[in-house]
Amino acid sequence: MSGEEFVPLSLTPLLIGTFAAIACALPGNFLVLRKQALIGDAISHVVLPGIVVAFLLTGAISTWPMMLGAAGASVVAVVMIEAVRRLGQIEPGAAMGVVFTTMFAAGVLLLEQTDTSTVHLDVEHALYGNLESLIWLDATGWSSLFDPEALAGLPPELPRIALTLLVVSLFMWLFWRPLKISTFDEGFARTIGVRTGALGFALVIIAAIAAVAAFDAVGSIIVIAMFICPPAAARMMTNRLETQITWSVVFAIVSAVSGYVLAGYGPLWLGAADAVSAAGMIATMSGLILACTAIWGPCRTRAGAPSTA
Amino acid sequence: MLQLGYNATLVAIGATLLGVSAGVTGTFLFLRKRALVSDAISHATLPGVCLGFMVLVALGGDGRNLIGLLAGSAISAWVGLLCMNWLTRHTRLAEDAAIGAVLSVFFGFGIVLLTVIQTMGVGRQAGLEGFLLGSTAGMLRADALIIAIGGAATLLLVMIIRRPMTMVAFDPEYAAARGLPVHRIDLAMMGLVMAVTVVGLKIVGLILIVALLIIPPVTARFWSERSDRVVLLAGLAGGLAGYLGAALSASAPNLPTGPIIVLVSFGFFALSLFLAPVRGVLAAVLRHLRFQRRVHIRQGLLALAQGQKIYEPLTLRLLRRAGLARADGVATETGKARAAKALRDEKRWEIVRADQAHEATAALYDGLRDIETVLTQDQIVEIDRQIGGPQEVPA
Repeated sequence: MSGEEFVPLSLTPLLIGTFAAIACALPGNFLVLRKQALIGDAISHVVLPGIVVAFLLTGAISTWPMMLGAAGASVVAVVMIEAVRRLGQIEPGAAMGVVFTTMFAAGVLLLEQTDTSTVHLDVEHALYGNLESLIWLDATGWSSLFDPEALAGLPPELPRIALTLLVVSLFMWLFWRPLKISTFDEGFARTIGVRTGALGFALVIIAAIAAVAAFDAVGSIIVIAMFICPPAAARMMTNRLETQITWSVVFAIVSAVSGYVLAGYGPLWLGAADAVSAAGMIATMSGLILACTAIWGPCRTRAGAPSTA
Repeated sequence: MLQLGYNATLVAIGATLLGVSAGVTGTFLFLRKRALVSDAISHATLPGVCLGFMVLVALGGDGRNLIGLLAGSAISAWVGLLCMNWLTRHTRLAEDAAIGAVLSVFFGFGIVLLTVIQTMGVGRQAGLEGFLLGSTAGMLRADALIIAIGGAATLLLVMIIRRPMTMVAFDPEYAAARGLPVHRIDLAMMGLVMAVTVVGLKIVGLILIVALLIIPPVTARFWSERSDRVVLLAGLAGGLAGYLGAALSASAPNLPTGPIIVLVSFGFFALSLFLAPVRGVLAAVLRHLRFQRRVHIRQGLLALAQGQKIYEPLTLRLLRRAGLARADGVATETGKARAAKALRDEKRWEIVRADQAHEATAALYDGLRDIETVLTQDQIVEIDRQIGGPQEVPA
């Protein structure tokens, strides 16, 4: 494929998809290990009311208010889950289920109540995103990468998701030791002075930031898949956290790239005329990777732990 | 219900039945602490709906035949369920990761299939997107009938296997020791959840059916400690939410049925969270205040008896309100009597706690308990003999 076609049409969606996948997979490693994997699911549902409220307040589809709204909604959701869990003495899963379904329902209701027919804001978009539409029209070929004029026309999602990825990586790098210790042995972490509660909350916030930024670019379905599938697949490959994170990044990249390519070109190879949803395909690929590692991965069983089956 | 139109009546009946069966079935899931499994099951229905549509169209039929679509969704939800079970049983993944993996992958694959259908050019896939959030607008009598029969059948099955399910929910080890096939009962429970999900697809959609499976049981749990009552109450809460939600959504335009049902049922939940008699927040606050009051009065009385000045304003206020002390902190006549009694009780407790023979009683000491409630009159007299008679309190 020539650069003239590839760079404007496929390079940016590929990069955005990959960055989003990595940004979600990194905190996902810790969420999976801490048995909080479904936080990603909850966040991706409550993003909808967040952006609807932001839209109602500002009256326009603009990115920053919406991202703020989504982030605000995630924080509200996390606080509400914690409140329901503590006040009602309800197990965390059920508390989560109560909160995120209600907030999602409220979001759908608000959306139906407001006239959004003139703007591009609907539930389907929120779910699948529009990765395919993030094209870079100003590019003419590989040389555009060094052309400041063409670079100015990059879809704004690309720098945003890159920045998010940077923030997420920075957080992981800065808090690596406390995160690692508190994930595996919370009691020990507390005795050496790690504030585990605050750290856990920070992790959830970082996950929310990654989810919101990725959601903006690629829709919520990838977000859930990338929070869970690459880390879970990586978990089957190794017993070491460092190696696991490396694997999860590799799996995230592989599923993003292969998913995008298969969605864009797969149907053409099969003789169909149109592409299928890239977001859905990326999620499917990550599932296939997980299935392969679950069947053949070297560390797929609970080593040392008695089998509960 | 009489004011509702024909379609709205159908929807209301369907929603009520759905609410009842979802509440009842969800209770077992909730008691088993696997509430979010329903999330995975419901999302896993999407590829089945799409495949069902494709098969129906390929066979030359109308792609929107409800039974065909529901059968497809049931099959894919079952496959998702088996995947999830396999992941948790045979790999190191915890259940939440397995749920999330199945949920996102099946849903993603479903979306791929949705886009495939869109490009098939059949042009009638509009009804399919309705399964995401439910669409009651064009509900037919046949659809309502399917929902009613499905809901009733699920309820019947739950009633038949409720006892083993309850036992497995509370104590799986004991159930296994009794020879119950725990794994199969779990699968049956999931199968019932799947049935409710499939039945509810048309009304509330696959994302919000989770709410109907989780919120009513959680609501009911506030009101009772007995599992059979929780099941009944959950059914009641679910049915009421279903009916009220459907009626509300029919009363004004732009009120989608599914979200309204969920919000009504959240309303019940919020009410229960605050107002439930024992587990509710209000009850807990009242309990705390009562406890605080008892501690303050007790400590205040001990201080009065020992002639110490009371600095704590709350203690002073409580003592004054109970008529035990005056505003300047001096005990009234009743106050003096109660204070002397409190001090004597404290001394009695001291003896009880020092005596090995009273070990079991001593464990009950918390600084508040009246000694008469744990010892007989004879025992107290015996202790009083050790303490000796009343002595003068220093002025």
